[in-house]
Amino acid sequence: MATAAARTMEPPCEITLENLFHTPEGRRVLTCLQCGACVATCPYGEQMDYPPRRIIALLRAGLVEKVFTNDSLLACVACYACKAKCPRQIDLTGVLLPLAKEQVLARHPELPAELQKALENKLRYGNPMGESPRKRAAWTATAGVPIRQLPTDPRPVDVLWFVECYCSFYPRGQDNARATARVMHALGVDFAILGNEEKCAGECGRLTWEPGLFDTLMDYNMTVFSKYKFNRIVTSCPHAYDAFKIRYPIVGFNYALEHTTPYVARHLEKLRPLLKRRLDYTVTYQDSCCLGRHNNFYDEPRALLTAIPGVKLVDMTHNRVNSICCGGGGGGMWLDTYYKTKGYERLSERRVKEAVATGADVLAVSCDYEISRFEDALKVLGHDKKMVVRDVMELLAESLEVQP
Amino acid sequence: MNIVVLLKMVPDVVEELEVAPDGKSLNAEFLRLIVNERDAHALEEAVLLKERHGGAVVAVAPEAPEVDEALFTALAKGADRAVKITGFTSDFSTRAAAKLLAQLLPRFLPADLLLAGCQAIDDVDGQLAAILAHELQLPYLGLVTQVKLEAAGRATVTKEFAGGVRGEFEMTLPAVLGIQAAEKPPRYIPVAKVRAAMKTQKIETVPAAGAPAAALVEVLQLAKPEAAGHAEMLTGSPAEAAGKLCGILLERGVL
Repeated sequence: MATAAARTMEPPCEITLENLFHTPEGRRVLTCLQCGACVATCPYGEQMDYPPRRIIALLRAGLVEKVFTNDSLLACVACYACKAKCPRQIDLTGVLLPLAKEQVLARHPELPAELQKALENKLRYGNPMGESPRKRAAWTATAGVPIRQLPTDPRPVDVLWFVECYCSFYPRGQDNARATARVMHALGVDFAILGNEEKCAGECGRLTWEPGLFDTLMDYNMTVFSKYKFNRIVTSCPHAYDAFKIRYPIVGFNYALEHTTPYVARHLEKLRPLLKRRLDYTVTYQDSCCLGRHNNFYDEPRALLTAIPGVKLVDMTHNRVNSICCGGGGGGMWLDTYYKTKGYERLSERRVKEAVATGADVLAVSCDYEISRFEDALKVLGHDKKMVVRDVMELLAESLEVQP
Repeated sequence: MNIVVLLKMVPDVVEELEVAPDGKSLNAEFLRLIVNERDAHALEEAVLLKERHGGAVVAVAPEAPEVDEALFTALAKGADRAVKITGFTSDFSTRAAAKLLAQLLPRFLPADLLLAGCQAIDDVDGQLAAILAHELQLPYLGLVTQVKLEAAGRATVTKEFAGGVRGEFEMTLPAVLGIQAAEKPPRYIPVAKVRAAMKTQKIETVPAAGAPAAALVEVLQLAKPEAAGHAEMLTGSPAEAAGKLCGILLERGVL
C-alpha cells in the first residue's frame, strides 16, 4: 500500500531552480554522492548527455546552463527509476528533472509537433487527443450497466470515479472503462462520474515542462470537485493518481484517493466468489511506473490476477521496482516521432520483447497509457498473434461473465 | 517593420456542427470558436518578421466569444498591441467586413504590412485581404508562404500555386498579404505566459464605424451533406463472409 512517507518526500511548496537549495528537497540534491546509479538505471541513460548525476555536478559548479541548451533531456520519461535507485533518496523525477526540463523547453527553438498538439488539446479540450469534451462520457452508452453522471444527478455519492482521458476517448481504453464499470457494479459500489465536466488531471503537464497548463487544469478540476459531495476519488489513471496525491494538495485537495486496481483489490474477498468464469491464460504483469515504483502497489494487481480461476501468473525479468517504463510518461506519450528521428529504441518495444519471452499470452496492465503503447509495440515486432494486452479490470470483467 | 495582423474567430470543427432552426446558420448553442488557422499562421509570420527586423505587431480581431483569450495569446506570442473591434457581427459578408476594416485600420497606419489568413474556414471566401487592399489602394498578394524584406520599402514574397509550384514576387511596401502558411508552424506558448499577459497587458477596444455595406450574396440554405452510399458489413464466420463476398463479386461481374 502507498505509504505516508512517500508524500513527505514530495515538495511541500512550489520549488523553483532559484529557491531549490533553500528547500529540504533542494538541500537533499546537494547530498548527491555522484555514484551514477541514476544513469545506470535510466532506460534512456545512454542517450542522455546530461543524466541526473551530471546535472547535479553542474548545478554545484554553477554551470547548469549547459544542461538547458541540450535537448537530450527530452528523453526523460519520468519513470522514477533514478529516484527509486538513488542511495540518497533524492527526488530526481519529481523535483529536479521537471525544473531542468522546463528550462530546456524555454530555450528549445521548437516544441516537437506531436507534443505541442497534445498540450494545446489538453488546454482547449481537456484531453490530449483533441476530442470534443462533449463526447467525454459517450462510452457510457455501451457500458452495459447504469453509470450515474453527477452533472445530471448531483446527489451525494460514495465513489467519485475519475475516468481520465485514455479510458474516456481511446477505443481500447473505453473497453477498460466499461470493464471497470461492470466490476464496480458487481461489487455494488455506489459510484458516479463527472461525465463531460471532467478534464485531464494534468500530471503530464507538470512533468512535460508545462506547469502553467497543469495549474489551469488543476484549478478547473478543483472547482468541479467542490460542486459535489463524495467520500473518495477513485481514478483509472496512475498519472492522475500521482497528480491528485502530490500536486493537488498544494491547493487544498484533501479527498480520500485510490487507484482502481488497489481499490478493487481492497474488495477482493467480496469479488472472489463472483469470478466464476475460468480464464486459462498465462499472464505477465507490467508494473507501471506511477503505480509501482512511485506508489508501491506491487501486490494488489497480482492478487487480483491470481484470484481469477485458471490464470497462471509469470513475472518478467524486470519486475516490481526494476520494471521498465512503457515510454509514455513525462510527455513520452507524444514524443514517439521525435524519439524515432533521434534513433532511440522505443521503450514499449524493449518491454514487450521481455513480456513475450516469458511465454505468457496476456500482458496485463494497470495504467491507461499502456494499452495503446504495448499493442502498437506487439504489432511493430510482429508478436500480436502471440500476446494480447489487457487491463487487469478487463480480465476481471471477463471472469465475471457467465459461461456461454 | 510595423505589421497589422487580422484575426478572425471561426467555428471549431472538433465540436459537431448543427444547423440552426432558420436553416441558414449554425446553431450557436454548442458552437465554440477558435482562431482561424490561416490567421494563426499570419500572426506567426508577423512575429517571425518582427523578431528578424524589429518593429511592432498589432493584432486586430472583431469581437466574438473567446476572442479575448485569442488576443492575450497573441500578446504572449509577441504582438505589441491587441485590438478588439466592437459592433462587428459575424454575419457580415467579406465585402462588408473589408469595408469596415478599411475605415478603421488607418488609425494603426503607417504599417509596412497588413497580414490576414488567405482564407477562413467559415465561408472559404478568401477575398478579405484582396478587397481590403483595394479599399486602401495598396498592393496585394494571396496564398503567401514566405516574406523576405529587401531594401527599405521592398519585399520578396513567395506565393504557392497548385501542384507545389511557387512564384516569387517583388512588392513595394506597404502591402496587404493573404498568408497561406508561415515559414514554420505557429509556436507553442506556455500557458503561464498567456496568464501573465492577462495580468499585465490590456486589450484595446475600438468600435466599428459606419453602417455595414449590403451583402451582395445571400445564404439561402445551410445543410449537412447527405450520405450518398454506405459500406455493407459482411457478417458470419470467415467462410460464410467469404461466400457472401464471392456472391457479390459474381453478381457485379467481377469474377
